[in-house]
Amino acid sequence: MAALVEIRNLSVEFQTARGSFRAVDGIDLTIEAGEVVGIVGESGSGKSVSMLALMGLIVWPGKVQADRLTFDGHDLLAMTPAQRRRIIGKDIAMVFQEPITSLNPCFTVGFQIMETLAVHEGGSRADRRRRTVELLGQVGIPAPESRLSSFPHQLSGGMNQRVMIAMAIACNPRLLIADEPTTALDVTIQAQILDLLVNLQQDRGMALTLITHDMGVVAETAERVIVMYAGQQVEEQPVDALFANPAHPYTAALLDALPERSAGRRRLATIPGVVPGIEDRPRGCLFHPRCRFAEQRCVDEQPLLVPDARGRFVRCHYALVDGEPTNKEPGSIRGEPQRETTP
Amino acid sequence: MTAPLLNAENLTRDYRIGGGMFRASATLRAVAGASFTLSTGRTLAVVGESGCGKSTLARLVTMIEPPTSGRLNIAGTEITEAGAKELKQLRPTVQMVFQNPFASLNPRKKIGTILEEPLRINRRLSAAERREAARDMMAKVGLRPEFYGRYPHMFSGGQRQRIAIARALMLHPRIVVADEPVSALDVSIRAQVLNLLMDLQEEFDLAYLFISHDLSVVRHIADEVMVMYLGRPVEHGPKEVIFNRPHHPYTRVLLASTPAVDPAARSQRISVKGELPSPINPPPGCPFHKRCPFATPHCAAERPELRMVDGRLVACHYAETVGAETVEDEIAG
Amino acid sequence: MATEVNTPEFRAVPASAPAGPWREFWSSFAENKGAVAGLATIVIVALVAIFADLIAPYSPIAQFRDSFLVPPFWAEGGSTRFLLGTDDVGRDLLSRLIYGARYSLLIGCIVVTLSLAAGILLGLVAGFFRGITEDLIMRAMDIMLALPALLLAIVIVAILGPSLTNAIMAVAIVVLPHYVRLTRAAVISEITKEYVTASRVSGAGLLRLMFSTVLPNCMAPLIVQATLGFSTAILDAAALGFLGLGAQPPTPEWGSMLAKAREFIQSAWWVVTFPGLAILITVLAFNLAGDGLRDALDPKLKR
Repeated sequence: MAALVEIRNLSVEFQTARGSFRAVDGIDLTIEAGEVVGIVGESGSGKSVSMLALMGLIVWPGKVQADRLTFDGHDLLAMTPAQRRRIIGKDIAMVFQEPITSLNPCFTVGFQIMETLAVHEGGSRADRRRRTVELLGQVGIPAPESRLSSFPHQLSGGMNQRVMIAMAIACNPRLLIADEPTTALDVTIQAQILDLLVNLQQDRGMALTLITHDMGVVAETAERVIVMYAGQQVEEQPVDALFANPAHPYTAALLDALPERSAGRRRLATIPGVVPGIEDRPRGCLFHPRCRFAEQRCVDEQPLLVPDARGRFVRCHYALVDGEPTNKEPGSIRGEPQRETTP
Repeated sequence: MTAPLLNAENLTRDYRIGGGMFRASATLRAVAGASFTLSTGRTLAVVGESGCGKSTLARLVTMIEPPTSGRLNIAGTEITEAGAKELKQLRPTVQMVFQNPFASLNPRKKIGTILEEPLRINRRLSAAERREAARDMMAKVGLRPEFYGRYPHMFSGGQRQRIAIARALMLHPRIVVADEPVSALDVSIRAQVLNLLMDLQEEFDLAYLFISHDLSVVRHIADEVMVMYLGRPVEHGPKEVIFNRPHHPYTRVLLASTPAVDPAARSQRISVKGELPSPINPPPGCPFHKRCPFATPHCAAERPELRMVDGRLVACHYAETVGAETVEDEIAG
Repeated sequence: MATEVNTPEFRAVPASAPAGPWREFWSSFAENKGAVAGLATIVIVALVAIFADLIAPYSPIAQFRDSFLVPPFWAEGGSTRFLLGTDDVGRDLLSRLIYGARYSLLIGCIVVTLSLAAGILLGLVAGFFRGITEDLIMRAMDIMLALPALLLAIVIVAILGPSLTNAIMAVAIVVLPHYVRLTRAAVISEITKEYVTASRVSGAGLLRLMFSTVLPNCMAPLIVQATLGFSTAILDAAALGFLGLGAQPPTPEWGSMLAKAREFIQSAWWVVTFPGLAILITVLAFNLAGDGLRDALDPKLKR
């Protein structure tokens, strides 16, 4: 059976005053029905933009290009905007980072959920109302009846995020994209919301894509993880394998920089430099100026996202095994940091 | 024993809110009876969720606001009794690093001007001396000298936070209050800034009041930890003691809620009911009892005071029971 | 000690420093063609005003007894001696318009400077001292806003007596509430930001906080309002002039020129049309430029 979502060579470019900027650069992604995929990356890695592109939510001056973009066998690229809208919001739904700004402050939460239902499912007023109360109950809002007439500003951040989730699952989506759903929330509330998302995903058998910068959240929630860097996927692995044995030097460095991985040492491991911006995009491998293991080949030749000897998808010429680079040419100096930047 | 650098006793800060033309105002007790000390070269981490009073505590310690009641002694001066002149002299002793490096630097000022402002206000130096001092500090925090004439919008979050740290150190303070200094930064940059903070602490013998909600960061950088809930410290003690055997249910919940990368480090998740109650109208008895998995009617009736249990101060009637429970135990949630 | 950590930051900087604030401002301002046209017009009007003595063919108050109400040169009976014709007492219209530009710009400048300065001061005070001070200032401004602007100006001029200076004063007072409200709103939103707290932690006093820390960050909306206020000022002053409460004859102020020409609307269209056009073009130019400024300075409208 075909995958739920298939993305081939998706790129998103933004025209800015300082030239065009490639926020997403050739993403290939497959999401199976009912799985939890985590997309991790630092700010500016293109993790949100790629999912917005799937939703068709990139607006001018952004430009989306893809070889293939399908949802459940339907070609999203060939669709008219009207056909696309029938899928977006119904079969694919999204939850955003800031619950307060994602809800319209002028309307009650009940009205906003009922509106979503009205657009996609229709039904009588009473039906929609009943369904809304049911949904609010499902996302763990106490006394849902009484919350129908609340405005977003009368609810806490956690409650608003629950409302957002209720709205997202209102039409039984097959795929729920959660973009940093807990970043704006407190730790205890974050735990509640993550539990809720995973429970909903399991009960309804929907696929869940979790976009986050928090390694811990991904480790505890996702089944498969995609690591993004500067608009590219650099690695894709099942969650346990990724955290036990990262294949890309960026993933490895990111994990080493976590305080919890530096127990006993006073200094934290760091990744030198910053994510390349619009003006200093390097040639070859995008990570090479910051990579401990970079060689001349990394400067000259851009690695492709291909399976390595162990079948792991990784965009690196010298994929790591147990923290050591593999298939280096004899004679090259192992582990010598490459301090050269592109001109 | 020498007196500690900072000694806070029963600090309380109330805000009057909502008082409009036609409405009575309510009192919000942002900090309710916090006592702690800070010593040279040590880090006290204040941990808690939004609304727990940790940012208000920072405003009290940096003398932006006076406490409503309680005593605050900084470097031998009792600030509740000090006059304006004494306060002004004390100001350089306590400096601050803020959470959001995109908001904490004046967008209309050049980096050099931002760094020199504290000197211009507090020290009598010539322009050349100020410039010299700013450039020295920039080198110490890892900024290139040519950044001196640039505006903040040209910098990334990590670099901005370095600038903010440099500004805080321009007056050679003895105490630095760091309010979530790394929570707005990406993982790799966070590590750089944490390393820098630790290096500077060693070099300048700084005392840190490190405010954070991120327990993995706190675990790395702190010597002592104070967990706050609804304006009150609920558990306070040395880092190892608190992290290894938390005795307050809230500390346990926090630890269990923090997502961990390594499966071995994950503790049994304790689900906590509901959300933070409103600080305007805190529940009677123990402020945590409505969400606490261990609560009994006694907790609703009587507020537990901080007491010494097993090497730390903890405010819970059942601290011994909570602390004795091992992590594997099932906890009804 | 920090050498290990600072090397990466060294490399992180792009080879060419990003554009400075001025260049960035100009590039986004230049995107708006209307704004550039407006700015160009303003520059031309300003040059005309400055070099009026050199450009104008005649003195604005010189009367040519032999040629009353001569039409413009292209109309029947017109001559190139008076390009835009003459008025009822034989003064060259073109010269009067050229000198009039001086008055209009001068009125604009003085009104904007006065109201901006007073508005900033009151707005800062209201924003910094919340409570009774703020209430007093803001309620007074509300009362001023509740009265029709021109009516209020007329009352003020009636009290002070009709003259150009008093008209300027009146207009400055009438537009004051806009600046006060804008400044106060900007101050209140800026004052909660961390950089202000940072300044306070380093011991900055009240005056430093007000004028050095907060004010520069509130200027963007004020500059826009000031540009748009220029046109309001010119219009209001023209209206007062039209009512005979502003500039007194024979001052070649555009508004009073219009007023004097009222009776010739039917018979000599040019006497009315050209001062009107001059006001229209100048006001339009300031409005266009103001819109462009807003687009360029307001980060919320930036893409």
